[in-house]
Amino acid sequence: MDRPFAITLPVGSSRANHTGSWRVERPVYVDHLPPCNDACPAGENIQRWLYHAESGDYEAAWRILVEENPLPAIMGRVCFHPCESACNRVRVDEAVGINAVERFLGDTALARGWRLPDPGPDSGRRVLVVGAGPAGLSATYHLRRAGHAVTLVEGAARLGGMMRYGIPAYRLPRAVLDAEVERILEMGVEVVLGRSVKDIAAARDEFRADAVFLAVGAQLGRRVSIPAGDSAKMIDAVTFLHQVAEDDPPLLGRHVVVYGGGDTALDAARTARRLGATDATIVYRRNRAKMPAHAEEVEQALGEGVTVRWLSTIERFEGERLLIEKMALNAEGFPEPTGELEELDADALVLALGQDTDLSLLEGSEVHVADGVVPVAESMMTDVPGVFAGGDVAPSDRTATVAVGHGKRAAKGIDAFLGDRSFERPERHPLAAFERLNTWYYADAPRTQRPELERIRRQTNFEEVVGGLTEDNALFEARRCLSCGNCFECDNCFGVCPDNAVIKLGGGDRYEIDYDYCKGCGICVAECPCGAIEMVPERI
Amino acid sequence: MTETRVHFYQVGSFAVGNRLLSDADRTVQASRERTNSLDAGHRACQGCGEALGARYALDAAMRATGGRLVAVNATGCLEVFSTPFPETSWRIAWLHSLFGNAPAVATGVAAAMRAKGRDDVRVVGQAGDGGTVDIGFGALSGMFERHDDVLFICYDNEGYMNTGVQRSAATPPTARTATSEAVGADPGNVFGQGKDLPRIAMAHDIPYVATATVADLHDLERKVERAMTFRGARYLHVLVPCPLGWGAASADTVRLARLAAESGFFPVFEAEHGVVTGVRRIRRRVGVEEYLRPQRRFAHLFAGEGRPDLVARLQLIADANVERYGLAPEEE
Repeated sequence: MDRPFAITLPVGSSRANHTGSWRVERPVYVDHLPPCNDACPAGENIQRWLYHAESGDYEAAWRILVEENPLPAIMGRVCFHPCESACNRVRVDEAVGINAVERFLGDTALARGWRLPDPGPDSGRRVLVVGAGPAGLSATYHLRRAGHAVTLVEGAARLGGMMRYGIPAYRLPRAVLDAEVERILEMGVEVVLGRSVKDIAAARDEFRADAVFLAVGAQLGRRVSIPAGDSAKMIDAVTFLHQVAEDDPPLLGRHVVVYGGGDTALDAARTARRLGATDATIVYRRNRAKMPAHAEEVEQALGEGVTVRWLSTIERFEGERLLIEKMALNAEGFPEPTGELEELDADALVLALGQDTDLSLLEGSEVHVADGVVPVAESMMTDVPGVFAGGDVAPSDRTATVAVGHGKRAAKGIDAFLGDRSFERPERHPLAAFERLNTWYYADAPRTQRPELERIRRQTNFEEVVGGLTEDNALFEARRCLSCGNCFECDNCFGVCPDNAVIKLGGGDRYEIDYDYCKGCGICVAECPCGAIEMVPERI
Repeated sequence: MTETRVHFYQVGSFAVGNRLLSDADRTVQASRERTNSLDAGHRACQGCGEALGARYALDAAMRATGGRLVAVNATGCLEVFSTPFPETSWRIAWLHSLFGNAPAVATGVAAAMRAKGRDDVRVVGQAGDGGTVDIGFGALSGMFERHDDVLFICYDNEGYMNTGVQRSAATPPTARTATSEAVGADPGNVFGQGKDLPRIAMAHDIPYVATATVADLHDLERKVERAMTFRGARYLHVLVPCPLGWGAASADTVRLARLAAESGFFPVFEAEHGVVTGVRRIRRRVGVEEYLRPQRRFAHLFAGEGRPDLVARLQLIADANVERYGLAPEEE
């Protein structure tokens, strides 16, 4: 009995009392799918790479980024970032500038010479990739990582597809394009330039390919018949942009009219301005709200002095005058002619009415074509075993990012095909909806604006219009991420538990619940900023 | 903006911790080395605000004093749920005597330490609102008046929750308790009664008086640390929501404390030598209704046609606090 005076029972800790038995619901940690990741056509794990960028570890961030997409510096410029439209932060202040951070990481990687991961161990199989646009390049990268040899055949003189011959240099500087393409080639790729594949089956035999990925894009500008005089100068936008890209711009004169309402129409009008047109006018049959072009592009074009005739169609083009007819929206929102005509000065008319894909190489093959595109399964395989298709060739939104995603998925599909496995898409976590967040905890911070070149400068040259972020800005922007649905180790659960029942593992290992003591009050769930904990009924 | 260093850390200083901050800038609660003064296995209800507030305050006091701390506890929930003999949840030197005498016992401990020449050992007295504003009030006022070297912390859950939710002098008007039933023309607790203890403490001209809630940990820890830089009598009044007595969901404890502060109904401020020196300004102002509605003790204000007249009177109290302490949010 060596107890202190007047103490008759030994003192015990309340830890003997397992209060966990009170519980009827238990908190569990979950990972939900952030809306940015959900929206990314290239399947990037955006939230995860932002997590590393937040701590300034740009290389780790970039490495996670290129797990999915080998072209971040390009995507950071030309992607229309559906991730930002989906971003939950929109409902707090403004979306996180994901695209700008992606570009910062891409540019930093180029500046510091970070290399893509090494190719996988040689599988002894060869894949023929037809077309070296975003889909073809992405597929090439992922196929090399899986260890397959790749023969990349391109009809044009240089690699890049529409990224080179469609997207103007003021949106995508060629040095950036060249550098990111070169980095993929460093993984060891057999490249055949200036060779148009005429017969898919013959090419497959010629290159002894075990599988083919068809990604020739949509290179044919759609034409409509417009009554026109002999002297009227008409060109389709694809040809126009291609010629400009090859440094051989056609002479269009001072008054250029572009017909169409998509991004290509804007690219054509903005390019015409840079080539010296005093006025570049877009004629579009519907109104601004219905315009398929992305709002940001429209804003930039208007800022550069491009004018738009909404609700107008072209009646006739004669000599230096263009006759347009005013339209009016009917009750269903469709444009109808009003009979009211107007004249426009026009030295040239550029048609930007959509693009078709040249699938003549499939003639005589078993590959099925419907509505000008190639239907594909989830693995991107056509109905001919071993022949896959993606990018603009497959039914899609026809953006560079979608193409990159197609390339990746096709590579996985081809890998499964070559390994005689069935293709399965990874399971998706449930969506991390805004309602799951406790936004109280996020600091208020508006979005960093990317500097734009002064308007006057971009009317005369092809310098890049949208600038990049400085490191401080990029860090700031990354830290605006709410980390929706995924723990970012803010210690809230560890702190707010009245029963000390959250164990902090630390160092990226997150936390554990100590169910011996957790009473199931739910405060950790309520106070988790990012919705990474949820209550589930206790099994009794 | 591009020229300045980045001082933006995703959750800033609102969350408990932040992997982007240096250890020194994180809270005591974010550290795996925190004392856990009040250990697991205690018998407080699910979601107890007082258990949370006590660990927050005492862990901060332990860090501020390098672990040389004695806590004296009045009778109340905190004492009952933490020490059913022979078990204890306390991992610090801890003493309990009676309901009404905690400030006097704390005075005695401080005197004993002085007599032993142990100036390094600091004393904290603690009680619920019953033990502070009602039963222990005489002893507390004496402790203030004598300027004894004690930090007294009141964990205010606005009633006698341990004995079955009776009204105290800290119960807000209209709140239903077992002794202020929601019946008659003026249901619940009456207007115009009760004590504002932080202001009474300030009237004693003691060196430090502060209020805090369990919804703002950084603020609470800073105030404990600040209090420990003074010698003499100091007072900290912490709002700790009580799921049982307030009739609230256990998960809402922190949220309710936040709404109390953001509505202005509970003013968060600090004062030195009787003068207000700092306030925690409202960040996202809400009306009192948003604070009152989730609590069943105010359910009669919203049942049927409700009592918008009484809600309006409660709003006036919040507005007066905002005015008196200058709590209005900063303009952009």
